[in-house]
Amino acid sequence: MRHLPYMVAAWLLLIGLYGVVTSRNLVHTITCLSVAQSSTYILLLSVGFERGGTAPIFLDVPVGTKAVDPVVGALTLTDIVVGATVSALLLALAVQADKHHGSLDPERLGKAQDD
Amino acid sequence: MDALPALPVALPLLVAAVLVGLAPVCPRRVADSAALATAAVVTVLCLVLLADSLDGPVVYWFGGWTPREGIALGVAFTVDTVGAAVATLAGVLATAALTFSWRIFEAVRTLHHGLMLVFLAGIVGFCLSGDLFNMFVFYELFSVAAYALAGYRTTDPGSVRGALNFAITNSVGAILVLGGIALLYGRTGALNLAQLGEALAGRPADRLVVVAFLLLMVGFFVKAAVVPFHFWLADAYALAPTVVGVLFAGVVSELGLYAVVRVYWTVFSSPLDRVEGLRGVLLLGAVTTALVGGAMCLLQHHLSRMLAYATVSHVGLTLAGFALLGPAGVGGAVLYLVADGMVKGSLFISVGIVDHHLRDVDERRLAGRGRHLPWLGALMVAGALGLAGVPPFGTFLGKALMEEAALETGHPWLIGLFVAVAALTSAALLRATGRVFLGLGSRARAAGAPRSPDEAALRHPHVHATQALPAVLLLAGALALGLAPRLATEAEDAAGQFTDRPAYAAAVLEGTRDPAPPAGPHLPIQLAAPALWAAVSALGGLGLALAALMPDRLPTRLRAGARAWRPAADLLRGLHTGNLGDSVTWLVVGMAGFGTLLAVVLR
Repeated sequence: MRHLPYMVAAWLLLIGLYGVVTSRNLVHTITCLSVAQSSTYILLLSVGFERGGTAPIFLDVPVGTKAVDPVVGALTLTDIVVGATVSALLLALAVQADKHHGSLDPERLGKAQDD
Repeated sequence: MDALPALPVALPLLVAAVLVGLAPVCPRRVADSAALATAAVVTVLCLVLLADSLDGPVVYWFGGWTPREGIALGVAFTVDTVGAAVATLAGVLATAALTFSWRIFEAVRTLHHGLMLVFLAGIVGFCLSGDLFNMFVFYELFSVAAYALAGYRTTDPGSVRGALNFAITNSVGAILVLGGIALLYGRTGALNLAQLGEALAGRPADRLVVVAFLLLMVGFFVKAAVVPFHFWLADAYALAPTVVGVLFAGVVSELGLYAVVRVYWTVFSSPLDRVEGLRGVLLLGAVTTALVGGAMCLLQHHLSRMLAYATVSHVGLTLAGFALLGPAGVGGAVLYLVADGMVKGSLFISVGIVDHHLRDVDERRLAGRGRHLPWLGALMVAGALGLAGVPPFGTFLGKALMEEAALETGHPWLIGLFVAVAALTSAALLRATGRVFLGLGSRARAAGAPRSPDEAALRHPHVHATQALPAVLLLAGALALGLAPRLATEAEDAAGQFTDRPAYAAAVLEGTRDPAPPAGPHLPIQLAAPALWAAVSALGGLGLALAALMPDRLPTRLRAGARAWRPAADLLRGLHTGNLGDSVTWLVVGMAGFGTLLAVVLR
């Protein structure tokens, strides 16, 4: 069971990438990207997980209590913020694509101009 | 001024926040001046840091959290010469781009300038950061600003599509980078580059470290647009507004390469030290990138797209210098990167002027229509020579150093690659310049004259100085780099400092700031042979360009030979669909390939 979170992380990354590659709708593509991104949350959290550890708040617990790693928590939070920013921007671009060009299909959106 | 290293990041972020906050009431010229002044100040600050870092890295710990007993607690900026040089390049290009935009680009400028400043702050922070996770955060910061800027012209379907492809492919790259960081943190409990390097030093890399290496390298290769991770690049760079394209083509791809070498030398150089095959794997990527980019560059008729592929091919050349995994190669590659960035920035501005005055960027439709702007043609020819690495451009000096490193490490064939690729990219530009500004070429005769009387009215009669000046100054800067005395030895010293992992770790973790050890007597670099090679590539470029412009003057046998290449060209063009799914598929395929090669050489 120790390896389960890592397998979940790898699975999320792969299934998310599969979705990005095959998607025919930009909103779906962006959601798939979020799925792939969430693999990093799980990876980070499981790297710092401590079996039987408490939350890393050392206010009223005896010194030396086992706790999960607070650093990965901070990294995951940062990562979530970054992921939300990227998703928001991408969705805004998708809205523009739909508004100006009437399509959410990434393959039908303005072909390359040259040749 | 202890906090100096933080200023070039904090200042543009603050000004950007103020500009965006005041966007509804801020007069246009105020926003323009504030953005321009900020970019100029950032450039000066980076130059000061560059000068400071010549005697060893400048380390700045945020909040005064200095390391205790050799363990990094806080977050550091570690400024060394290479990082400061790349940051300075970004500052120079941003200043040039904003000067260019003074008279152009009438859209919602305050928001645009805010994004540009965030973009610049992210780039500078990325270059100066001494902490792997902070590198990731700054990487995402400038990337998000770049996505927004690439899709700024939302009414152009190509531009939106390019931005989406750019954003999604690069986000996948960022996810891989973060995965690599998580694995490294799990193994070492460290995020500081110096401490990561110390924790991994002295033992051969185990499988986990190799997987982390793979994830980080692939993630940064996506940003660097190393083949086959480059499929997103052309649409994003070519269809972005010129102001943004200058920075994209000049510095963004190079940042991916910078991250590759930074992470390799600070973290992985000790565990992967004995791996002989790694050099070969990286060189394979470099050669493929240089040749595919060069060939695609020659096949383009859209001027910005041509520059986008020139960027790909020159990323390949720079990677070749880095892939030699020695100080000499790194010194040459960094010098080349900076000079080449300025040349490409200048060319992108020239194309922007063409676009603004002739309302088109397609070489064939423009044939002969640039005759009234001969100075612009001359500027573009000079840029093409800069791309070819003709002395005394800085690109020449960088290439000479890389060629010397190639000879020293037993890869003399690399010189052939440098000559061929420089010929390809300069040929594309010389051909386009010949067609647009001299009206050469078979098609030009048909379309040479202005097509309608309205065109003269459409045309802006004068090119304003704020448009032309940045292009001229950037080229002059690239020339100055080539003429600066002792620059080659300075670059070698900087590379020595960059590749000396134990000294870097000591400077960061123990605060020792020894003046750089005397790096042995410098042998004067041999410039005669490289000058000859540069002449060969420039003449080759000219010959190719003339052959493309006047195919009917070619001997029959040569023409038949040229025709034999057509299936290969069609195949190459067919692969570059610009589809989002394709570019992510290639990313996965490339990662699998790179992983397999790593597994083979590490066995």
